[in-house]
Order: sequence, then structure tokens, then C-alpha cells
Amino acid sequence: MALAFDEFGRPFIILREQDQKTRLRGIDAQKANIAAGKAVARILRSSLGPKGMDKMLQGPDGDVTISNDGATILEQMDVDNQIAKLMVELSRSQDYEIGDGTTGVVVMAGALLEQAERQLDRGIHPIRIAEGYEMASRVAVEHLERIAQKFEFDVNNYEPLVQTCMTTLSSKIVNRCKRSLAEIAVKAVLAVADLERRDVNLDLIKVEGKVGGKLEDTELIYGILVDKDMSHPQMPKQIEDAHIAILTCPFEPPKPKTKHKVDIDTVEKFETLRKQEQQYFDEMVQKCKDVGATLVICQWGFDDEANHLLMHRNLPAVRWVGGVELELIAIATGGRIVPRFQELTPEKLGKAGMVREKSFGTTKERMLYIEHCANSKAVTIFIRGGNKMMIEETKRSIHDALCVARNLIRNNSIVYGGGAAEITCSLAVDAAADKYPGVEQYAIRAFAEALDSVPMALAENSGLQPIETLSAVKSQQIKENIPFYGIDCNDVGTNDMREQNVFETLIGKQQQILLATQVVKMILKIDDVISNSEY
Amino acid sequence: MPIDKIFKDDASEEKGERARMASFIGAMAIADLVKSTLGPKGMDKILQSTGRGHSVTVTNDGATILKSLHIDNPAAKVLVDISKVQDDEVGDGTTSVVVLAGELLREAEKLVTAKIHPMTIIAGYRMAAECARDALLKRVIDNKENAEKFRSDLMKIAMTTLCSKILSQDKEHFAEMAVDAVFRLKGSTNLEAIQIIKKPGGSLRDSFLDEGFILDKKIGIGQPKRIENAKILVANTAMDTDKVKIYGARVRVDSMTKVAEIEGAEKEKMKDKVNKILAHGINCFVNRQLIYNFPEELFADAGVLAIEHADFEGIERLGLVTGGEIASTFDNPESVKLGHCKLIEEIMIGEDKLIHFSGVEMGQACSIVLRGASHHVLDEAERSLHDALCVLSQTVNDSRVLLGGGWPEMVMAKEVDELARKTAGKKSHAIEAFSRALVAIPTTIADNAGLDSAELVAQLRAEHHNEGCNAGIDVISGAVGDMEERGIYEAFKVKQAVLLSATEAAEMILRVDEIITCAPRRREDRM
Repeated sequence: MALAFDEFGRPFIILREQDQKTRLRGIDAQKANIAAGKAVARILRSSLGPKGMDKMLQGPDGDVTISNDGATILEQMDVDNQIAKLMVELSRSQDYEIGDGTTGVVVMAGALLEQAERQLDRGIHPIRIAEGYEMASRVAVEHLERIAQKFEFDVNNYEPLVQTCMTTLSSKIVNRCKRSLAEIAVKAVLAVADLERRDVNLDLIKVEGKVGGKLEDTELIYGILVDKDMSHPQMPKQIEDAHIAILTCPFEPPKPKTKHKVDIDTVEKFETLRKQEQQYFDEMVQKCKDVGATLVICQWGFDDEANHLLMHRNLPAVRWVGGVELELIAIATGGRIVPRFQELTPEKLGKAGMVREKSFGTTKERMLYIEHCANSKAVTIFIRGGNKMMIEETKRSIHDALCVARNLIRNNSIVYGGGAAEITCSLAVDAAADKYPGVEQYAIRAFAEALDSVPMALAENSGLQPIETLSAVKSQQIKENIPFYGIDCNDVGTNDMREQNVFETLIGKQQQILLATQVVKMILKIDDVISNSEY
Repeated sequence: MPIDKIFKDDASEEKGERARMASFIGAMAIADLVKSTLGPKGMDKILQSTGRGHSVTVTNDGATILKSLHIDNPAAKVLVDISKVQDDEVGDGTTSVVVLAGELLREAEKLVTAKIHPMTIIAGYRMAAECARDALLKRVIDNKENAEKFRSDLMKIAMTTLCSKILSQDKEHFAEMAVDAVFRLKGSTNLEAIQIIKKPGGSLRDSFLDEGFILDKKIGIGQPKRIENAKILVANTAMDTDKVKIYGARVRVDSMTKVAEIEGAEKEKMKDKVNKILAHGINCFVNRQLIYNFPEELFADAGVLAIEHADFEGIERLGLVTGGEIASTFDNPESVKLGHCKLIEEIMIGEDKLIHFSGVEMGQACSIVLRGASHHVLDEAERSLHDALCVLSQTVNDSRVLLGGGWPEMVMAKEVDELARKTAGKKSHAIEAFSRALVAIPTTIADNAGLDSAELVAQLRAEHHNEGCNAGIDVISGAVGDMEERGIYEAFKVKQAVLLSATEAAEMILRVDEIITCAPRRREDRM
């Protein structure tokens, strides 16, 4: 390949190792990119909706993941193509921002690309298509704003929230007990939500899983669950009204950072050193005891001797607790993390009504429950399930449900799901298209077509006739001028999504449209791909 | 324009029908692999490890077999996983769960070829599983109130579990042992307290349950071999060189005499420690860590039995059994709780010496000594006994029991069949398929015993048409018989776990419509 030639036809060398690179340019580059983007979207297309199928992914180390979550599938797919990577990023950013609709956004982008290809064949310049898409997306987002409804709920009446979370969960494998899981998710979010500021810090919700039991055993713990046990097997397994000292210093003699040596050259020194060492341990334990702690949680390990001293003075202790967990415990119990024994004071202790150790199944795995905390802001969702894959998938599903509940608390505008929002947007965009003079009109119409592909995929996955169903719903929407009709995926018998209680958050939907448009615009603007050729 | 490669070089992607085929075949292959081990006349498998020494395991336990396989098929991995979980959670039924899941998938495959959508099959399976569970719940027997009956239930369950294992010859003996051991636990499911010691030699029948506690260690030289009314201090402390733990400390001397002095001081320190330990007024000292010769000698001088290097579990158990606390500092002898037992003595099993603690305070723990011809036999015996213990300890908590010998499957199949008849729509095919899959289990049991399965199962089905029938397959006589009379019982919890996890796994595999295998991670060749 060559970029430029002199008058004798010899190539100028411009790129390093030019002859080892391949280059695609112009319409070929766009076509190739679109093909790659479409290929990724096609993989996810069958996972959309409540009847969507799962994907089984075998990782590089032979580990198996079974998932229905778009972001997870793409992340684990380990793609190599640059454009495919863009799509992965797209799904990931939807995941970070909203947490739900990660499959939808990719399907949407794929449809936009497909339509763009058609316009390219007509000879429309890619930039004009991109601009048309941009206008169309604006129309769609504004339209969504108009049809959005306020969603009423409060702390005592959280039923509507549960319904929304159930919609999210119904597309996952856990839909067998979606009701209880949705309730758990909503209760967890409400427990940590700051309703005045309309904010939810999801970091305060810890999702912990343990293989065994069944999905129905999943529970919400108003407190913290730590995958650790007491440092000494004979310490009490249950502490009521615990005062917790949260330490980040080891129960060991201090290790100064500066290099030093303690030289022993006489017997006396040996003796004093020994005494001092014993005193260290004694003092440490005594300090904890003095401030009134009844439980010590430490980030580091204990020396055997310290361990026994603790046990001896009736001071239960937990060792090797991770940093994140330590912080959560501190938040939950209202304690302070203490980096040195000298700084321990009674005010810095955390308080919890009940700390207990619980063992599971026939193996000797134990976990520590810290409940009835002083500041009950931190909660834990403890998932049980038949196998590891199930738990991982449940974790992801719960995460989605949590995100949805959070978004509703942040902004309680909703639009109706089941493709209803896409269909009404498609109608609005189509109507708006005629107002634009110029080539963009075609691109805007293409956008409307692309919007139709989401309900189409939903219908297809539910085993319905896609075109027939879509056109029926569309005509119903126009005839009655109500934007709530969608695809009846669960075969309930009505297309009215209000009755089916299927809705999504407004910001989630808007974000989907905006993100998908942005990525497609980016892909369309690329007209030259230079890559290392195979060697 | 060819589509660019999306995945990395060695990755592969399988879609739609092909993906489903791959996972069905993988799962069924695994199920067929363990199928022949099911039931009292099931066969064993030899597993040879690829590791050093090519060690050989002979086993009949589904979980063990599957754990040792190297599997590449992702669907097969799901089955291996459920079997592992079944093992962890209830301990038994590890083969049944895989066989049932395999049968469910085999039936599903037929339905998929008949153009029924997997989601419809899943919906049907779910209804069927729910109905099957209810059917079992209706027929459970609960003898919790009646202690004597409960014990006989447990005995029967243990015998049923053991009869498919290597211990079947002496199943009564072992069942008795297992039930006794579990009763000592008094409702806790912590099997740690039951110690199993394997000693080759003798025959399986020579195995016994010991009320006390046996530690697989030797008594130090020159120390008493027998102590009555022992006071035991259980410790976890360094008895070699008790090093200075202050960071950066080191010994720097300038002459030989000083070395000697320091050494003297060190010795003095150790002596101090030993004296402190002795001040507890003990006559037996058990340490988790090494005891060097010097302190050992000191202990011997004081007439104290010192046991070194008891492993962590040993220490924990000993603490549990004797009621002593595990100590690491020895400054306040008056407040340390010592352990007590009536008698410590050295006993011989085969040609090994063991330390036996009898007459212990807390009767919770006990030891089971297994004897057998070879290591393979002992390993398998341990696994079998472990299964029985797991099931029993779970049954103590959830005392509902069922009959065995294919009876629960037939009961479930009958109810599920009825449900299929009542259900309208395509789901009824899936429900019917579920009942067929359930019947496959008694069929397999009969097949493995070399019986005419078709004949027997048909007979069984006819018998079950009568309300309240107790008929099951009696493998010993090779005919349909009354399971209650034969005393073949199973725990409800095990059956329920088998049913639910098998359905869950089948559902999971059915939902998949695409398999993406990532490129294997490149490992540098380490020569």
C-alpha cells in the first residue's frame, strides 16, 4: 500500500514500516466498519427483551460465564476489531451511567449503522448522514421528554418501584423469583437513599454471594456481611451491643519505616527486649479494652500471642478484613478507622446491635453478620444460588435492578417500555423529517427506521411475527394517539404497557438514543483505517 | 465486502442450533459418563491423575468423578458445577443430580427438534418442577417427635446411602457408626467434629467408632505413656527458638563468651516458658507447633506428656472436645481454661501408634477409625462415610424423609403427568417430557442392576396408579417391592436439592443460544 507516489510511480515512504500495514479508505473503510459494528449488534440482538436468550462465554482460562446482560457479554467477548471495541465501550458507558439498557443501546447502534449503509449506497455523504442522525436524535429526545410521565412513590409506598425493578429482572435468568429480588433491591436502595438530595450512593450496598442453597434464600441484611470468621476458634460467636474498634494497624510490634537495627550484645539487653515485646502486646490489647471495645476488627494479621491475649481478655477479634469492607463497616457502625493504638478513644468506636457468625452447609465456611448498626445506611444483599454462574448472573441482575431504582429516585420521569417509547419516537421523527429541506431528510427517515428495529427485535425474540406485530402496534398508536402501546412479549393479551406495568426511566432511554447516535456518528466519520497487516 | 474478524485469533463462536447442539451433547455426555454409577448396583470408575505419580482413585461418587475430569465443553462444566454444589450442600445425590439434568436436556433436545421454542420448554419445566416438589411434600414422613422411630429412620437412610458404595457389605455396621456419630453432634452440622482416621490393614469390618478422640501423633520419648485424669493445656506457641519479634532486632557480639551468654539467656527464656506452662498444673501439653528437644526434655523431667505438631484442625478439635482453650501466652495460669479427660494412652492400630483421649468432657466430637485393605479402599470408604454423615446431619435438622428405590421419582412423575393433562398449550409437551426424565432415574437404577428396566418400570407405574402405594424397585430381589417394608429411605432435603438444581441447570443450558469461546490465554512454556 502506498500513500503517495513521485512522478516515476515510486512510493514515498511516509509511515514507518509502510509495507507491513494495510489500509482501507473511502467508502470501503466505512463499509468495513459498519459491517463490524453490525456483527457485534447481531450477537446481542437475540438477548433483548424478557424472552431473550443467554450467551455462554468461555474465558481465556476456561471459566464459563452465562449471561444475558449486554455489557457483560461484550466485556467477556474479548474482541479484537477496533470498531467492535467501540461498541463494547458504548455498552460499558451505558452501564456506568445508567446501569440498564446495555443490550438495547448496542442493538440500536447496530440498526443505525445498518440504515447508514443503505444511505451510503444511495450516494449520500457520510457527514450528511451523521448530521441527519444528530437532528433526529434531538427530535427523539425532546419527544420523549414530552411524553414522559411523573412516577409517584414514597418510602411507604414503594410498590411502583418494585414493579419497575421487576421489568428489569424479567429478562434475566432470575425471573423465577423476580418479585422477591425486586423487593430486596428496592428496600436496599431505599435504605441507603438520601431522599432529600435525591441521591443514592450505590457503594453503600454490598452485593455478596455464596454458592449453595437456592435463589429463594437470597436475603437483604441491614448491616454488613464479612466473609471472615473470628480469629480464635473459641471466641464467642455472637456479640450483642458490640462496640467495635476498627483498626488498620497490626497486632504486632511496630515496624518503623526508617531503616534501623536493634543490636543485642549483652544478656541484659536481650532480657529487656523480651520484656518490652511482651509489654507491647499487653498494651495493645489493654488499649482496646480500656476504651470499651467489645469487638476488634483489624485489617492486618495478629501474632499468635496477641491472639490469645485477646481471647483471654474476652475481646473477640476479626483479622484480615479488606480495606473496602473496613470502610463499609466504619460507615455502617458510625465508627472511625483508627490507624494507631494510641489514637483509640471511646468516641471512635463503631456500634452495632448484633454481631454473629453463621456457618453454611456441610463445609466449614463461616461468615460474620454485623447487624443493627448505629447508622443503618449500609446494607448487604446476600445471594445464594445453585452454582457459581448462577450467583454471578444474579449479582449482575441485582446490580441492574439497583441502578434502575436509583435512577428513579434521582429522576422520577418514566417512559413506557416494551418498545413503546421507540415506536412513538419513530413516529415523531418520521413526522419531523419532512420539515427538513436537504439531504438530511433521508438520514432522519433512516433514523426512524432504525428506531423500529428495537421493537422488531423484541417481537422476534418473543416468537411473534415481527413486521406484522410492529405495524399493528404502530397503527394503534397513531389511531388512538396514545404512546403507551408496545410489544406484548409475555403474551398477556394487551398491548397497553400501562396495564402491563412495563416502563423504563426517561434518562435511561434518552441516554440510549444519545449514546448510540454519538457512536454511530463517530464510526461514520472514519474514512481511513490503517492497521498492521497480518504477519 | 467480507466482515472483518471481530474476535481474536483462536476464539471461536457458535450460534443458534449449533450452539444448542454443542451444549446438549456436552451435557448428555457427562450425564452418560456417570450414569452407570447410579444405584446400589452401580459400577465404579478408575481415575488416573495426570499429575506426578499418576495416582489412582477408584470411586463411585459422582462429585469425585466429575471433579477430576478436565472438561472443555462449557455446558458440561455447568453440570460439574451443580454436582459440586450438591456435594457441598447436602453431600449425597451427586450422581442423581447430573443424571436428572442430563435426562431433562435429552428430552428438551427432542422438543427443540419438534420446533418448540426453548423458552416454552423452560416455562413447562418450571411448572413441572414446582408440581413435583409439591407432590413430594404431600408424601413426606416426619418422625421427629418419636425419638426411637427417628433413629430407625436415620439408620435406614444411612443404609440406603451406603448400599450404593463400597461399604455395602458392612452397611449395617457403618450405618450404626454414622448414626451414632451424628447423634453426638446434637444437631450441629459441623462435621469437623467427627474425625476420620484411615489406617491400612485389617478389613473394613474392623473399623470402629471411638467415643473419645484420637490424635495421629506420637508421644515424646521418656514421657509417660498413660495418664489418668489428665489436665490438658492446648497451645499454639513457638517451642523451638522463641525469637524476638521486634522488627530489626539482631544479635551482635564481639566474643565467644558473649555468644555463650546469649545462648544461656535464650535457654533460660525457654526454661521460663516451660515453667510457666508447668505452673498451670497440667500433666499433658499439646502444641500446634514444633517442640524442640530441649523443652521436650524439660517436660519429660516434669513428667508431663508433651505432644508436638498437632495440626491446626487437631488442635481445634481437641479444644472442642476437652473444653480447654487454645492458649498462646502463659502469664496468668489461674484464668486459663484447661481441658480435661479421664485417660490418655497410646494405642496401637495396625502398626502405628496413636494417642487416644478417652472420657472427654464434651461428648460432641468423636473419631472414626477406618481399616481396609488398601489406600484406595480407605479413600473410597471415607468418601462414602462422608456422604452418609452429610446426609444424616442434614436430616437431623430437617427430619422429613421419603421412601427410596425410585419411589419419589415415580410419585413425582405421576403428579407431573396429571399436570400435563390439565395444562393447555405447548407447555404441556415440556411437562410431559419432565415426567419422562424423572422416570429415567428408576430406569437407570434397574438397568445398572442388569434387570429388565422396561418391564419393571411399567410394573411400577401400574402399581403407582393406586393411591398411597409404596412400590419401588428392589434391586436385590430384582422385582417391584414395598419400599417401606424393605426399609429403603431417603432424605427429603437431598431429593429436593436434586430436583431443584437439576432443573435450574437444565434451564440455564437451554437458555443459551450462542457460545463464544475466547482465545486461550497464552502461557509461556516453562521448561
